[in-house]
Amino acid sequence: MTGPDYLAALLLLAGALFFLAGTLGLLRFPDVYTRLHALTKADNVGLGLIVLGLSLQSGSWLVAGKLILIWLLVLLAGASVSHLIARGARLRGIPEWRR
Amino acid sequence: MSLLQTGIDALLALGLVWLAWRALACPDLFRGIVLFIAFGLLMALAWVRLEAPDVALAEAAIGAGLTGALLLAALARLNRIAPAGTRADTREAWRNAPALLLVLAGAGLGLAVLSLLPEPAGLQAQVAAELGRSGVSNPVTAVLLNFRGYDTLLEVLVLLLALLAAWSLEAEPPRREAAPGPVLDLLLRLLLPVLVLAAAYLLWAGAHAPGGAFQAGAVLGAAGVLALLAGWRLQPHLTGLPLRLAIVIGPGGFLLVAWALLLTGRPLLEYPPALAGALILLIETLATLSIAATLAVLFQGSRPAAEPPA
Amino acid sequence: MSAAGFYALAGVALVVLGLYGLAVQAHLLRKLLAVNILGSGVFLVLVGLGGPADAGPDPVPHAMVITGIVVAVSATALGLVLMLKLTTTSGRPTLEDDAPREGPEA
Repeated sequence: MTGPDYLAALLLLAGALFFLAGTLGLLRFPDVYTRLHALTKADNVGLGLIVLGLSLQSGSWLVAGKLILIWLLVLLAGASVSHLIARGARLRGIPEWRR
Repeated sequence: MSLLQTGIDALLALGLVWLAWRALACPDLFRGIVLFIAFGLLMALAWVRLEAPDVALAEAAIGAGLTGALLLAALARLNRIAPAGTRADTREAWRNAPALLLVLAGAGLGLAVLSLLPEPAGLQAQVAAELGRSGVSNPVTAVLLNFRGYDTLLEVLVLLLALLAAWSLEAEPPRREAAPGPVLDLLLRLLLPVLVLAAAYLLWAGAHAPGGAFQAGAVLGAAGVLALLAGWRLQPHLTGLPLRLAIVIGPGGFLLVAWALLLTGRPLLEYPPALAGALILLIETLATLSIAATLAVLFQGSRPAAEPPA
Repeated sequence: MSAAGFYALAGVALVVLGLYGLAVQAHLLRKLLAVNILGSGVFLVLVGLGGPADAGPDPVPHAMVITGIVVAVSATALGLVLMLKLTTTSGRPTLEDDAPREGPEA
């Protein structure tokens, strides 16, 4: 393994950690709004780190560009969908969690 | 095969069975459908592990995406028709089941699969031998559109038949949904060109890489579903003949090609090798349009009215 | 056992689960879910048995499964319309025989 390999492995592990934390939040947080909060962090940052790691490993600008495009699309879709879910929950009158 | 890969495969296979079980057994139907969509996504991963990327694309777009959208839309309509009917008490039913019969059937199937596993006999060699004359270099597309083109012709007709049946039943008059707000509209404006581009790419790439008419049609159809969700509707002058043309142009074009080839004295759907690539691309392009239109209209559920509903 | 073997056996389990759900679930939407899961199981068996051998994966089952996925979505769409139609006429999303015989009226 060379330097870039170690960096890629580090990025992938960090991304996996974000996904783990996000999943934990999705399962353990008390209401829909806080769960969305956990989920979007995992998706956006976790996937970003994984895409970076994979781009380093791919060794081709074309593949790296495609991967980053996928990340941007997921960012766009994820942000919009979590907005729609939160909006739907509000319209249905689901209250926010209070301690 | 390394231990890690075996672990991933075992985990994925177990996850599939567990999700299917939960999708069928949990009392809330909405939850069941969401679990079923997750099941479809895991299926797509399983196809990747089985080295079937074409199937993975079709599963993710159609099996998980569009089927899930259809199920959720039907559940919403069911909620309006019969609000009490969306919860089903499953526990009573699970008890008095023909369990023994099913265990026997499962054991028989399992034994059959285990006995067949050691010697998988495939058609790889035959497909590879004829691939050069098929007009494409992706073996799956060659099988779909050339070697077993009649399967695909019938499949496109099945899709048309389902739409005709759905339209003639007319389950529910069309209804204006609440506007979903500006975010979905904006998302759609950004995504629509990307989705059209992705569909065109999948269609073109299908000749030499994973992709093809069904995956492209599903992506384009998903764009249509998104547009319907955002409250976009076809202009009234487009819902008549133009929409119907878009729906039948795929099967119609396919039938015309088959008929023209029969007229030249060839067997059914056996293309001349020199023309095969062009004919396959033509059929696939028309089929993509029809598949997309049919899937989007099936999602809408009712025949699009020629004039806006009062 | 090869990786394909896992998936073929998972396919068998899905077929059994799907059959079970189809037989015992009263709600028609759930029956449609069961049919879809049953179909997925059949697809897994089909591809798992033709799985990655030395000559590479067999493209014929792959093509047949793609055909099957499209037919499954067509059938599901039609089934959902039929279910909605039946519910509009009878008021219940279940078949006559499967109606609950005891307990509170739905």
